[in-house]
Amino acid sequence: MFNRTPIAPLEYTRKLWMRSWVGLTMLFLYAPLILLMIFSFNDSKRNVVWKGFTLKYYEKALNNDSLVEALVNSLTIAALATIVSLVIGALAAVALWRFRFPFKGLVEGTMSLPIIVPEICLGVAFLIFFAKVDWPTDLPWPLNLSAITIAHITFCFPFVAMVVRARLASFNKEEEEAAKDLGATEWQAFRDVLLPHIRPALVAGALLAFTLSLDDFVITFFTSGPDTITFPVKVYSMVRFSVTPEVNAASTILILLTVILTFIALKLQGVKGIAETH
Amino acid sequence: MTQAKQPIIQIRNVSKRFGKVTAVDNISLDILAGEFFVLLGPSGCGKTTLLRMIAGFEMPTEGQIIIDGQDMSLVPPNKRPVNMVFQSYAVFPHMNVTDNVGYGLRIAGVSKGEIRDRVAEALELVKLGGFEDRMPDQMSGGQRQRVALARSLVMRPKVLLLDEPLSALDAKLRAQMQFELSDLQDKVGITFVTVTHDQDEALSMASRVAVINKGEVAQLAPPADLYEYPANRFVADFVGSVNIFEGKLTLDEPDKAAVDCPGLGKIYLNHGVTGPHGADVWVALRPEKIYLHVPGEGKAVRAAAQDAPDGHNLARGTIKGMSYLGDITLYEIQLEGGQMIRVSRPNLSRHDQEDFTWDDKVSMHWRADSPVVLLS
Repeated sequence: MFNRTPIAPLEYTRKLWMRSWVGLTMLFLYAPLILLMIFSFNDSKRNVVWKGFTLKYYEKALNNDSLVEALVNSLTIAALATIVSLVIGALAAVALWRFRFPFKGLVEGTMSLPIIVPEICLGVAFLIFFAKVDWPTDLPWPLNLSAITIAHITFCFPFVAMVVRARLASFNKEEEEAAKDLGATEWQAFRDVLLPHIRPALVAGALLAFTLSLDDFVITFFTSGPDTITFPVKVYSMVRFSVTPEVNAASTILILLTVILTFIALKLQGVKGIAETH
Repeated sequence: MTQAKQPIIQIRNVSKRFGKVTAVDNISLDILAGEFFVLLGPSGCGKTTLLRMIAGFEMPTEGQIIIDGQDMSLVPPNKRPVNMVFQSYAVFPHMNVTDNVGYGLRIAGVSKGEIRDRVAEALELVKLGGFEDRMPDQMSGGQRQRVALARSLVMRPKVLLLDEPLSALDAKLRAQMQFELSDLQDKVGITFVTVTHDQDEALSMASRVAVINKGEVAQLAPPADLYEYPANRFVADFVGSVNIFEGKLTLDEPDKAAVDCPGLGKIYLNHGVTGPHGADVWVALRPEKIYLHVPGEGKAVRAAAQDAPDGHNLARGTIKGMSYLGDITLYEIQLEGGQMIRVSRPNLSRHDQEDFTWDDKVSMHWRADSPVVLLS
């Protein structure tokens, strides 16, 4: 408006209709989240109309022992599932990338099955499976989370494998050969050349696995017992009574947590490193 | 000249098959210590496979590779006394120049002080002093190649293997690197084995060249011999530009020979060719060894008569194509028999290219020591 330079034909970012469209898209994506955050400060039990600012529901949420326990459970499961998925997923990706073996296509397809299969089916499958094998449920913390963790690993590691595989496609095998040519053993070449190359994919895969595990509801609902409530399951049970600002506050904390974690991961690796394809 | 030296690499009846495809077919050759050996051939001829077998990245299906007297059959690449400069250079992208060059020494457990000295020395050798802290993505292709070179040379290998070392560089840089590589090889005295599909590269750098065709050695000779005395049609055609005509051997004595080529005419050579009399042979004639004359004045006839009997080593034709390349002009000439022949003519003075033009009738002659008779 104050800019007198005429808009060139391909300068879409300066066109009003494009800007409004982007604005609308952003609004559509983020309005619910922003509303949720705003109403976590609402001084009203019914939480329908804005009644004034307060932090008391944060206090309440943090003093709600079962909610905090659920959050700790969720974070523990997510951390364990991420670590194990990272190892299995990366190794699976490297194996599929490097070797040729019989039924490779079948293995590859089966591996990505947990991505495609509806979560509800996976949930029911785990319910039946853990019941059939008589998986112990009365173990002390954190072993009582093992069933959920195993279930989470199952649907998390294919995502890691997928991301790592995509990254491996751009690896120049001559670099690994060069390392060996210079005297490196198989392991040294892996550690010094291949691992640094796939590091961005490992970070991205870990982020994926962590967030997938943290907010999973369906599968967790079927595999959790009375003593192993996770955060999403707990929130669900709270919502069934009433949507108090306490739920908003808890959700806001979770959002903040994931955003901070993502931010740290991106800082560690550099956005470019994760986004770049070669 | 290098014949007295010991072979550093002995390749004994080596074959390599990938499924049904034979990449290397029963090759035997010796590479001598200190020589600049080039494996030359078209893409897919098996030259790179042979190089990778020397480095240890492929195992021979049959045969044996002996490096410095030691059978390499069961020796993995990281234990071989050879180092390789890869076609893509394969510089480690996440390490700076110093770390790249020092990588092999670190793996070998050399002390930090010695690593520092040897890396500095190697970088000096490839003229990369001052680049120690650069990352590979901040360097040009030519500089990355120098890093790869230094990284290999710092290991002081017995043999340095180079896979198409100059193919990714632009023409000017390539010419410069050709000289530098030869120079470097002189300085360090390490045996260089290079793979290339570029004949200029092979001719300018090599002490000996093995021309590989379809997994077999077509000819093994010093560059000048390869060009002037090709052993067969493949080598004659692959190395340099050449005109090849089919003919019959009509005369073959120790000091003279003659071939009757229906397409070109009667050809006389001032040396014997030791081929079976009356055999089907091929005559190869390089474009630059043919002289062009304006017809009618008998100049060509007189010139040819200097070292050949009347009516030999002469041809006539019409210029059908012409390309001016600056230093030389290339002519495509249709012979009276209908076949095409290529002739190049140096532009010794500024207006030489104006002497002949399209559709001019011309006469040609060549000296009696120019044609090469090929039996296969």
